[in-house]
Amino acid sequence: MNKIGLIIIREYWTRVRKKSFIIMTVLGPLIFAGIVVVPIWLASSESTDEKVIAVIDESGLLANSFESDEESNIHYKYISIGLDQAKAEFPNSNRYGLLYIPKIDLSDPQGITFFSETNPSLQLLGNIRGTLRQKLRDIKLERSSISRETLEALETSVDINTINLTQTGEEQQGDAGVASAVGYVGAFLIYIFIFLYGAQVMRGVIEEKSSRIVEVIISSVRPFQLMMGKVIGVASVGLTQFLLWVGFTLIIVTVAGNFFPELANQPPSTMPMGQISENSPELAAMQNISQAFQSVNVPLLIFCFIFFFLGGYLMYGALFAAVGSAADSDTDTQQFMLPVSAPLIISIVTLAAILNEPNGTLAFWMSMIPFTSPVTMMMRVPFGVPTWQLLLSMALLIGGFIFTTWVAAKIYRIGILTYGTKVNYKTIGKWLFQRG
Amino acid sequence: MHLLEAQHIYKRYANHEALRDVSITIPQQSIFGLLGPNGAGKTTLIRIINQIITADEGRILIKGERLVPKHIADIGYLPEERGLYKKMKVGEQLIYLARLKGLSRSEAVSRIKNWFERLEISGWSEKKIEDLSKGMQQKIQFIATVVHEPDLIILDEPFTGFDPVNANLIKDEILKLREQGKTIIFSTHRMESVEELCTHIALINKSEKILDGKKQDIKNQFRSNTFEVVHSGAINGLDLEYQLLQEEVWESEYTKSTLQVAEDISPNEVLLKLIPHVEIHAFQEKVPTINEIFIAAVR
Repeated sequence: MNKIGLIIIREYWTRVRKKSFIIMTVLGPLIFAGIVVVPIWLASSESTDEKVIAVIDESGLLANSFESDEESNIHYKYISIGLDQAKAEFPNSNRYGLLYIPKIDLSDPQGITFFSETNPSLQLLGNIRGTLRQKLRDIKLERSSISRETLEALETSVDINTINLTQTGEEQQGDAGVASAVGYVGAFLIYIFIFLYGAQVMRGVIEEKSSRIVEVIISSVRPFQLMMGKVIGVASVGLTQFLLWVGFTLIIVTVAGNFFPELANQPPSTMPMGQISENSPELAAMQNISQAFQSVNVPLLIFCFIFFFLGGYLMYGALFAAVGSAADSDTDTQQFMLPVSAPLIISIVTLAAILNEPNGTLAFWMSMIPFTSPVTMMMRVPFGVPTWQLLLSMALLIGGFIFTTWVAAKIYRIGILTYGTKVNYKTIGKWLFQRG
Repeated sequence: MHLLEAQHIYKRYANHEALRDVSITIPQQSIFGLLGPNGAGKTTLIRIINQIITADEGRILIKGERLVPKHIADIGYLPEERGLYKKMKVGEQLIYLARLKGLSRSEAVSRIKNWFERLEISGWSEKKIEDLSKGMQQKIQFIATVVHEPDLIILDEPFTGFDPVNANLIKDEILKLREQGKTIIFSTHRMESVEELCTHIALINKSEKILDGKKQDIKNQFRSNTFEVVHSGAINGLDLEYQLLQEEVWESEYTKSTLQVAEDISPNEVLLKLIPHVEIHAFQEKVPTINEIFIAAVR
């Protein structure tokens, strides 16, 4: 069997069987799913207990304005006792809250108070505020002799549709919000994966050096084979973990969806957004989210993600291996880590600027330079990138990968046999031009 | 027949020359001691033979052929800086290393099993390296070096880390391997093991080979016609050209004298000249040890 293959398999198996890998693989999706499921679950679980809210209306304006809300299980009960008495009774009344409306001046309502044992949720307060505002407005309208219908007729809802004109002249419905979310997530994932697995390559090299096995191994294989075997082996671990995460997250979200079927169908309305009235543009956008998703070319996106993840990782992985080979321990790596990771950090820092102008000059150049292109291009892809740019960027990334691997191999083959010397940039420079 | 020939090897680094015109020939089935002070270039030469680095000039022949990557399987190397993957299990690790040398999985498994029996360590297969003592790890390392049955075995300081019992065990294994026809290059600072094991030696100092050949020839070459005599009475008025190198009291009643005589005088002649003058209790020619040769040559 091919020796590189043996090395890849060893790197892969020893890592995949590690406890930390298994824990991360299980925890990752739980965290992801948690981010999706927990807010929905929390929002729903809050409403399962019956809540009774007593209302004292001294103004006499708001009789029967508060209607019980069966869905979130909140019941309003008007009581006609004084505030002091109600407050005294409250601890034994089993009521969730006490809403006090004093005699109010319509133009400047003051003194409306909500008493409760615990802090009420934003959603509940929002609902109460909304009801009060609407009711008082209705009263004011009535007094100014304007009917509700007239008012509604005055309101104009403005919606801007965004359509991308592709080069072929097709019209594509675009959605900047969805595109930026998808871009952000993709770019961040690439950034995190490069760092996470790049560091693993580096630590692997240091481990081989410090355990002194490296000379045993390179009497059997070329240093380049050992380096590439490790880089590719760790990449396969990264891909495995990523795919497992995607799979598990889908399973967990699906299962959770089955347990709370009502959640899956209406996440927007159960989110704590009491103030959003029904015809608000936000809500409309959320309801159309799945439709908007179709505007993103999903197969292209997945292909680009895998390509730029692998390309970026392979390019940096070899450099991380070189850094590891020049060090005797983790602490020695600091001075070389900065220049290696700086381009990655720059590409993350400039994401916001790229987002503002996904087809601007900065975006163009940063998505062409192989050191920053994996993160930047991932940000741009959901907004639509001209094909020639995408292909050029990919070609440059492949070129960059070949170049960094060549440089890294030169440092690596000497670094792994160098013990106990303080390595600085000058020595590394010498290694680059030294014959094997 | 020579198993390995290194011809006019040069290796230069940025600020120093590691090897200058080094040529050695290593006969088949020899135990070849590669000696030299620290930094003399031994490890560089060994790495060139292992194809870890390449020589700037010169060539290496193994079994008469030019050394190329396929010969990796013919060489077993135990480096001075050695170790194993600490987190890996013994069996798995040995199989991995054997397969890197080109063995098939099943072949590796059966040979490792044999070695486990031979070194009395059966049942270690599932242990992790980090759970083993240093001496035990060295045994595993030794198996990793020879498991693919290479014709040439290169051992760099093989005995460090071994207690005397295990060192003996490994020494016996080295001798057994030689009997089976293997050739061994042995690099060490421990002169007593060179004295004991080596059939040939080469001495490298300051990047150059200064001495090589059969151990016995070299020893003869360094004979200095020096004799040690333990005697009672004083050596006086001897009819012999000699130099008294040393005189000391020996076991409180005798004197031990070290004499150096001219080259053409045989031990018997020396003895004959001595007998009339003193009573002789012991007489022997002083043959230089490898240690003395080493120190003398390096100076």
